[in-house]
Amino acid sequence: MKTDIVLAGVGGQGVLSMAAIIAAAALREGLQVKQGEVHGMSQRGGAVQAGLRLGDAPIHSDVVPEGGAQLILSLEPVEALRYLAWLAPDGVVMTAAEPFENIPDYPPLEDIHARIRALNGGHLIEAARLAKQAGSPRATNIVMVGAAAPYLPIDAAHLEAEIRERFRSKGADVVEHCLRAFALGREAGACIEA
Amino acid sequence: MAESTLTPDTTALQMLLGDEAVAFAAIDAGIAAAYAYPGTPSTEITECLLAEAERSGAFHANWCANEKTAMEAALGVSMVGGRAIVSMKHVGLNVAADPFMNAALTGLRGGVVVAVADDPGMHSSQNEQDSRVYAEFARTLCLEPGDQQEAYAMTREAFELSERFQVPVVVRLVTRLCHGRAPVLREPPRAKNPIDGAPDPRSWILLPANARRLWRGLLDRQPALADYSEHCGFNTLVLRGDDGGLGIITTGAGRNHYLENLPDLERAPSHLHIGAYPLPKAMIRRLCAHVERLLILEEGYPVVERALRGVLQSPLPIFGKEGGPGECVLPLDGELTPGTVRKALGLPPRPTVDPKQAGALPTRPPQLCEGCPHRDAYAAISELREELHDVVVAGDIGCYTLGALPPYRGIDSCVCMGASIGMAKGAADAGHQRVLAVIGDSTFLHSGVTPLMDAVSADTNMTLLILDNQTVAMTGTQPTVLSDARLGPVITGLGVPPEHCHVVHAHPKHRHEFAELVKREVAHQGLSVIVVQRECIVAARRHKEERRQQAHGEEANR
Repeated sequence: MKTDIVLAGVGGQGVLSMAAIIAAAALREGLQVKQGEVHGMSQRGGAVQAGLRLGDAPIHSDVVPEGGAQLILSLEPVEALRYLAWLAPDGVVMTAAEPFENIPDYPPLEDIHARIRALNGGHLIEAARLAKQAGSPRATNIVMVGAAAPYLPIDAAHLEAEIRERFRSKGADVVEHCLRAFALGREAGACIEA
Repeated sequence: MAESTLTPDTTALQMLLGDEAVAFAAIDAGIAAAYAYPGTPSTEITECLLAEAERSGAFHANWCANEKTAMEAALGVSMVGGRAIVSMKHVGLNVAADPFMNAALTGLRGGVVVAVADDPGMHSSQNEQDSRVYAEFARTLCLEPGDQQEAYAMTREAFELSERFQVPVVVRLVTRLCHGRAPVLREPPRAKNPIDGAPDPRSWILLPANARRLWRGLLDRQPALADYSEHCGFNTLVLRGDDGGLGIITTGAGRNHYLENLPDLERAPSHLHIGAYPLPKAMIRRLCAHVERLLILEEGYPVVERALRGVLQSPLPIFGKEGGPGECVLPLDGELTPGTVRKALGLPPRPTVDPKQAGALPTRPPQLCEGCPHRDAYAAISELREELHDVVVAGDIGCYTLGALPPYRGIDSCVCMGASIGMAKGAADAGHQRVLAVIGDSTFLHSGVTPLMDAVSADTNMTLLILDNQTVAMTGTQPTVLSDARLGPVITGLGVPPEHCHVVHAHPKHRHEFAELVKREVAHQGLSVIVVQRECIVAARRHKEERRQQAHGEEANR
């Protein structure tokens, strides 16, 4: 078993935290893990991409091979489309629907949404709305971890345990909001799968 | 000094960045000190070391003015018997090259490990130089880890080798390894060396009479270095009877992409992996005697490939990054990827979703943050450039390099740390009338002070803008070596005339006044310096959050 994931978004959106939660939960699951991160220049509001490789046998390359990813998990719809060359033909694109518009030539959003819907495995999640509903607008990336959960080879309980651990120092309220964000995302992701 | 012994957990795997694996290895190897200047992708080595030093108090760690001072401090530690690690990005080794090259001649006592992070693909750098070349240049050993566990093991070993052969040992890292996380198991720590302060001056004073003898000694040790490389476990050779005549040489992370694709090959080739240099020549000869053709997969320059091709014709066809038609199967620039290695192995590309389905996408380059003080400075520079069309602006390295992009297009050059000042001086010397240099506070302290001395000495007709955001922002808001309050005295102390040295506050409100001030100083026939101050917005937010948490903690303790 091997699951390669490309995580995408804009610098500052929380792509690395999303990768770290899934990676740590995968370790709880007993899987082998390689996680590639992006530091430095591109973090400043630029396109950011991280790779996550999970498997039950040793993983070699630090980067996801072209055509190897089962999942593109994105916090931004334009960014979700940037890495299709890494997606396996039967792969899934799961992205937050809400745009991050910090560039002058951002395409019409309906057009971007239509391109994602036109993909075989393209799914839009209203992650920012669900995060707000969960009580924490900042938990958009946690909603997306939830949305990805049905596609991950990881028990949801391990993901929840990791979220608890990670946000414990921020107080019980934050943990509660994040768990709710995760649950709402998971529901949204599972609906699509059915 | 009270020391608590670090007791690493040697039974549990930790998810570590390659950089962190290097840091923990240095700690477990018993370092007395760690030095560095921040630089992507090496920064996290020293961030990890600083955090551990603060936690345990077991060793000294600090950010230095630049890589040269860091390297020299490490030599001082070694001179009195201690072990030291000095970390830098690849171009940092250019800055540290003087002490690095000469360190190989000294009689190193405590082990000195030089962890250098190369950046093939230039994710956050201005070139793709390969630090293995430097190691050979200095006639020292280089270890090149392929994964995070090996980064740990090799850094530990590098300290032993440095003491055994009395040379600084290079651990060559690459971006993907530095910034990739994988499980790492630590090993039992080793005790620190005693600090005895009794160096042999004949081994440390590089006067020609000593240096000739020491250089001869280094040359005489070369066979021992080669012998180590030939027999160490980091270089492995597997010869197969059914390899179909194909031999593969991988180095460092090149092995990962090879193994990634190996299951798809009909026959497994014979395989030499190189993780330790100087080149294991006998192993290479054994491989070549066994196969009919060679494919070389190395990240960075074709170092192994060039050594094998030489000038005379190779008895075997060699495939790699250079050579004649049909032999270049990998690009000379950029990173190796599973895909490029797959192609070089003659395998068809993996099927993918058609990327054309994405349609045309806008690029999203990095940019200055909302609320960044540099935006105010660049708005003024843009205003000035619109009004006076012949202003040349020499830029420098840091977040403010992003002022090159629209809407500001505020700089005309960016070459290396500190170059803005020297280049502005050159442009002014050549007769250009309106010349600006733009540099950040940390880059100024790194490499800008000495060229400013040149400009003071000649009262060069140029204006220097120091964008002082009170931090090393690009690499993650590390503290600068001197606080902003001490920057002014440094500048006037160099001899910049006080009436042409200004310290102003960066603010959207003051943009116009600031532009007027720059205009006045550009018109002045001589040297002027303007320091534009306001804390980096990212650092300011972090400090606010830290104060909030501190207050929260104090309240909870009440």
